[in-house]
Amino acid sequence: MMEPHSAPTPKKYSKKPKYSKFSQQELPAWKPILTPGWVISTFTVVGIVFIPVGLASLFSSESVEEAAIRYDDKCLNEIHAQNAVAFIKNDMTNKTCTTSWTVERKMQGPIFIYYQLDNYYQNHRRYVKSRNDKQLVNPASEGDTTNCYPQDKTNGSMPIVPCGLIAWSLFNDTYKFWVNTKSLTVNKKDISWGSDRSHKFGSKVYPKNFQLGGLVGGAKLDENIPLNQQEDLIVWMRTAALPSFRKLYGKIETNLEVNDLVEIVIENNYNTYEFGGNKRLILSTATWIGGKNPFLGMAYLFVGGVSLLCAIVFILLYVIKPRPLGDPSYLSWNKNPGILK
Amino acid sequence: MDQVENFPNFSSSMNNSSRNSTFGHSGSKPVSYGSKGADSGALSMSQKEISDEDARLVYVDDPERTNERFEFSGNSIRTSKYSIITFLPRNLFEQFHRVAYIYFLIIAILNQLPQLAVFGRGVSILPLAFVLFVTAVKDAFEDWRRHKSDKVENNRIASVMVDGQFQGKKWKDVKVGEIVKIAANETIPCDIVLLSTSDPTGVAYVQTTNLDGESNLKTRYAKQETQAKVPEKERFIGLIKCEKPNRNIYGFQGNMEVDGKRLSLGSSNIVLRGCELKNTNWAVGVVVYCGHETKAMLNNSGAPSKRSQLETHMNLEIIMLSVFLVALCSVTSVCAAIWLKSHKNELDLMPYYRKLDFSEGEMESYQYYGWGLEILFTFLKSVIVFQVMIPISLYISMELVRVGQAYFMIRDSRMYDAATNSRFQCRALNINEDLGQIKYVFSDKTGTLTENKMEFQCASIWGVDYSSTEASLEHGHQAECSAQVDGKVLKPKMKVKVNQKLLQLSKNSFRNVEGKQIYDFFLALAACNTIVPLVVDTSDPTVKLIDYQGESPDEQALAYAAAAYGFMLIERTSGHIVIDIHGKRQRFNVLGLHEFDSDRKRMSVILGYTDNSVKLFVKGADTSMLSVIDKSLNAEILRATETHLHSYSSLGLRTLVIGMRDLSVSEFDQWHFAFEAASTALLGRAALLRKVASNVENNLCILGATAIEDKLQKGVPESIESLRTAGIKVWVLTGDKQETAISIGYSSKLLTNSTTQIIINSNNRESCRRHLQNALVKSRQPLAASAVPNNFEGFSDAIATPIALIIDGTSLVYILDSELEEELFELASRCSVVLCCRVAPLQKAGIVALVKKRTADMTLAIGDGANDVSMIQMADVGVGISGQEGRQAVMASDFAMGQFRFLVPLLFIHGHWNYQRLGYMIIYNFYRNAIIVLVLFWYVLFTAYTVTTAINEWSSMLYSIIYTAFPTIVVGILDKDLSKRILLKYPQLYGAGQRREAYNKKLFWVTMADTFWQSIVVFFVPLFAYWGSTVDISSIGDLWTLSVVILVNLHLAMDIIRWNWVIHAVIWGSIVATVICVMIIDAIPTFSGYWAIFNTAATGLFWLCLLGILIAALLPRFAVKYIYQYYYPSDIQISREAEKFANQRVIGGNRQIEMYPIPDGPPR
Repeated sequence: MMEPHSAPTPKKYSKKPKYSKFSQQELPAWKPILTPGWVISTFTVVGIVFIPVGLASLFSSESVEEAAIRYDDKCLNEIHAQNAVAFIKNDMTNKTCTTSWTVERKMQGPIFIYYQLDNYYQNHRRYVKSRNDKQLVNPASEGDTTNCYPQDKTNGSMPIVPCGLIAWSLFNDTYKFWVNTKSLTVNKKDISWGSDRSHKFGSKVYPKNFQLGGLVGGAKLDENIPLNQQEDLIVWMRTAALPSFRKLYGKIETNLEVNDLVEIVIENNYNTYEFGGNKRLILSTATWIGGKNPFLGMAYLFVGGVSLLCAIVFILLYVIKPRPLGDPSYLSWNKNPGILK
Repeated sequence: MDQVENFPNFSSSMNNSSRNSTFGHSGSKPVSYGSKGADSGALSMSQKEISDEDARLVYVDDPERTNERFEFSGNSIRTSKYSIITFLPRNLFEQFHRVAYIYFLIIAILNQLPQLAVFGRGVSILPLAFVLFVTAVKDAFEDWRRHKSDKVENNRIASVMVDGQFQGKKWKDVKVGEIVKIAANETIPCDIVLLSTSDPTGVAYVQTTNLDGESNLKTRYAKQETQAKVPEKERFIGLIKCEKPNRNIYGFQGNMEVDGKRLSLGSSNIVLRGCELKNTNWAVGVVVYCGHETKAMLNNSGAPSKRSQLETHMNLEIIMLSVFLVALCSVTSVCAAIWLKSHKNELDLMPYYRKLDFSEGEMESYQYYGWGLEILFTFLKSVIVFQVMIPISLYISMELVRVGQAYFMIRDSRMYDAATNSRFQCRALNINEDLGQIKYVFSDKTGTLTENKMEFQCASIWGVDYSSTEASLEHGHQAECSAQVDGKVLKPKMKVKVNQKLLQLSKNSFRNVEGKQIYDFFLALAACNTIVPLVVDTSDPTVKLIDYQGESPDEQALAYAAAAYGFMLIERTSGHIVIDIHGKRQRFNVLGLHEFDSDRKRMSVILGYTDNSVKLFVKGADTSMLSVIDKSLNAEILRATETHLHSYSSLGLRTLVIGMRDLSVSEFDQWHFAFEAASTALLGRAALLRKVASNVENNLCILGATAIEDKLQKGVPESIESLRTAGIKVWVLTGDKQETAISIGYSSKLLTNSTTQIIINSNNRESCRRHLQNALVKSRQPLAASAVPNNFEGFSDAIATPIALIIDGTSLVYILDSELEEELFELASRCSVVLCCRVAPLQKAGIVALVKKRTADMTLAIGDGANDVSMIQMADVGVGISGQEGRQAVMASDFAMGQFRFLVPLLFIHGHWNYQRLGYMIIYNFYRNAIIVLVLFWYVLFTAYTVTTAINEWSSMLYSIIYTAFPTIVVGILDKDLSKRILLKYPQLYGAGQRREAYNKKLFWVTMADTFWQSIVVFFVPLFAYWGSTVDISSIGDLWTLSVVILVNLHLAMDIIRWNWVIHAVIWGSIVATVICVMIIDAIPTFSGYWAIFNTAATGLFWLCLLGILIAALLPRFAVKYIYQYYYPSDIQISREAEKFANQRVIGGNRQIEMYPIPDGPPR
């Protein structure tokens, strides 16, 4: 046996790691495990929550009263239907058209007036970028027309305010309403976001050189009204996410009773014939869930239903074939005894 | 070193050849592992005369002339990489060596083209700039530290000869050719050839800890011709011609012309930078290599880089993802092409396209480059938008995670070795997860399984067995041997158990034949070695201790044993030794010393007695010794000794045979002439010396044999049993004899009595083949008999009685690199234990390569010595034991630790966790990036295929940096599937990694299917809910952003196993951070999405959508996960449940199944 003599050993600095719960990876922790109890209750809770929510949204969606009138085709008489593009492009043609609609169920005010465009890609890459946000808010940046090409400057190289394709293609159909031969006032105030009016569109920025070029894309703007009061423009410039979209046109603050006959006079100016888009006029009430759209309610009902079904299936499975949790006899090396040793 | 491990350390100074090979090919892979010895290449090296072109000429004490051509570097060193000016370009250059960054860069550059500007300029560079910046800061910090240490190093002071006087000079100013003087305990500033030392014989002792970690002293010699000169008095004129700078720290070739004589210089004449002078008052030498040309600096390279298996597999899936990416981009561009074609006539005036420009008066199209180019641009734009499909950030996250994992491995107090005061070391940072998948462990024996602290156990002298095991310390018969020198008592530092009978015999009998033999035997033990006795002071001024410093623990043990029996080596110089024999000081002239080499496997010393008689003492491995012993003499004794040798080695002891011979005057003269000629030869000196030695070492008279015990390290049998329970195959590769190997096999529980042993030791190819085939037949039989299906790959070999294969190095020579390899592998894979004995270092690597080539299973090699370096580098994971045999194994290894038993916590705990964590992390990152790409893609289908993004460009860039990056990194570092206790208790759980349960193709595809479903829910729920509504791009984009981010974080949360406060903080923190970021982005008025989140979040529809998305997206996963975990539980799952519910479960069911408990690892 060899052993060191009583030689003096110098006291060395020990490199032994200091103990801490963190460095030894022993922090206290919550260790959730998917037990049948947890899983079944989760599914049940989801079912119990989702079905009523789904029913509520369906119900409110159903309670929304909505009238959708497609007029791009109706407003063409037979002669013009042959060449709709020529008709709409011609400044001289009369584009006024009337239509009527009978209220089927009572509509509680405010009633929202929307126009809906289909097959209109306001989210087209070329389109969404064709604007200059600095110019819209700051009178000093009037000349900044980056990204706006080709609607950036007039032929005389004067900057267009507001520039870009979005503003250029501003929607310009107008609607007038009569109920039982009495004119309805359409409130066009506050149809845009307050945040846009206060910070995005300047109160000292006035339209300039707008729609003066060879090709008129849409509505013209009153050069005496600052941009932050041009609410139609503000609404239009919040570009829609999807190729089928609505934009708020105005609000009717009164109620519409059953069997009221609503007569509508439409100035059908906006050219959607060019690319096969169509136009609708929508009159709709609103609830907490927005407009009429049963999808979310159905989806909730579906998810809730499936969850309850899962819960039931899992309960049955658990009753038929339970497995004791953490039973070592299920370990693979215990299931096949004799493999080891 | 090559063949026998009985002297694993003799070689460190002498056997350059094998060291050559181990050091030489750290970069390149060796080609042949088979028959040819390792040193054949080195041999031819030494036989070459250094030609003038290959030589470096150093004019001693004439640095001006030496450096005339400015070809030698100065002594200032620079380990730092950058200066302030070069930092930016060089660092960027180095960073862009990674493919990932090039990808980033190309995407960013593409985005700068006006036609392709999908994102703003600033945004598109953000991710790249972020990673570049983080890495640059890290590099700069590391380099700053190197600058600091360089400065300290360069400004140290050395004593240099200037104008005939030694003056202080900064290290950085030292030049080749100058003469430097080094005082005791000083560090050597550069590589110098010794000229003279304070010792009259020219010996200097150096400690090479800084170089190779070996703490014992090495002897270096000044040439006798230069020793006499005093440089201060007369100018030293000479010319040294030596080889060009190279990395071999154990070799040096050169010669010196002094006074018209040519002296040869070898590795024993050079002292290397970084060593310390010890036990020598001063040494003077001439500088031959400086600064970066010193051997220490040339060896200053990091660990070899390996790539983890997980990462290799991951790259396959990344290719898959690239295919997805190309597919998505192709779909987009094909659809765009069709759309453009079908709307061809409308494009000019379409309000949202407006191809025509009227502003300049005449109409021309603007930003339209023709149908073909538009499609190409669409394709490239989609690549830019969908770029995160390739999870580049994953590579960076993985590196961070590995650093974190390494932190915990290093800090693990289970893997701290108190004996060597060393922590676990992570030298490679890119293969942490491989530790969780090991299937084969190749272990060295000496120093790895055993402690490599030798204890003298038995002696067989003149045919009589004296075992010190019979002696006991209790009776007070401790060897208390001492010698009086100058009124002081000298004692050996180590006490040794002695055999009383032998002690008595050695004390009082010098007359009879038996006594004479005992005398010679112990004289041989004391003299025939390279031990340097050092006298150490103790607290008692009258007592001094003798510390035997030597390079081999075996020699130390033998010298201490000799001292215990009264033969105390007191002094050694190059010319003589002084041995105190039972109180009588005797001086012997050392006339010649043949150091150990791997061909002869023995060493010898020629002693001149005071009465002018000359004797040769030889000790060596039994095989090599028995062939040079004169068998006609004392046949009886020879036979008895052989019997003893056999019984010693079956006890697991390391044996050596001692022999001697009287040399007649003529024999001596003959030898002396040959020896002188050989040692001054310039050509092939090593081979000549070997030949001289072989000529004289013959016709020996046997004296006896020694047996030394190499004790098993603590916890080795238990560790091996755990490893094997875990389905890991343990192969032991050792240089020891077959008997020793088998006995170690028994004591380490590798072999049991029920094991069937198949032994293959043949010395030609044909018998090897026969043996192998027979063994194969034998191994198949029990398997065929048992009809148990092999469901579990890992256990298939354990079904029948375990088979152990024992094969020796000679057979391996015929098997490796030949067609027999296949059969050997087949046989070995049927065996649960493989023991390879008498293997050379390169054969070790060859065996590892044999397995590595044929299976996809991971291999781990563990060893402690230089002979394990090639094996460590060959295996997928190399582990070095920082033990007795120096640091070369550690330097070559990926991980280093103090004890073999730490392998158990390393693999079962850290390896398991690392693998589980990284495997999950990779899958999760694929999912995380794919889901956002799919959401972006679905939207593209509703934008006339123009790759508009609803998700704000800043959000889409921040997505992989801020929104979702931190949780996955933190979970990758901190989450644990099972506790340490359970992992150690059930080693079988390690099988999860071997079976690749955490990351495989099936998981990838299941996850991708889940990703598909989740992306559909995320995208289409808002789409239908908002279809035909007034919603604007930014609002719906914000909804998508928030739902994706919350969804992926909840997805991760669902898979987290242990929720500690850090994980809570980071998961919920990222969701909060995302909400804050989205709000900040929407609070910037110049962005088109200004205030969108506030307006839209005020509606009920938004919240209904969000809740619906989260629940509907996660429900399928939740249900499947539950079904899988509850009805098809993995071992890990059951153990998790057991861990949690163990206390609550009612104990004592009908079935009590034994869990094969493994005793808990060593207590902290």
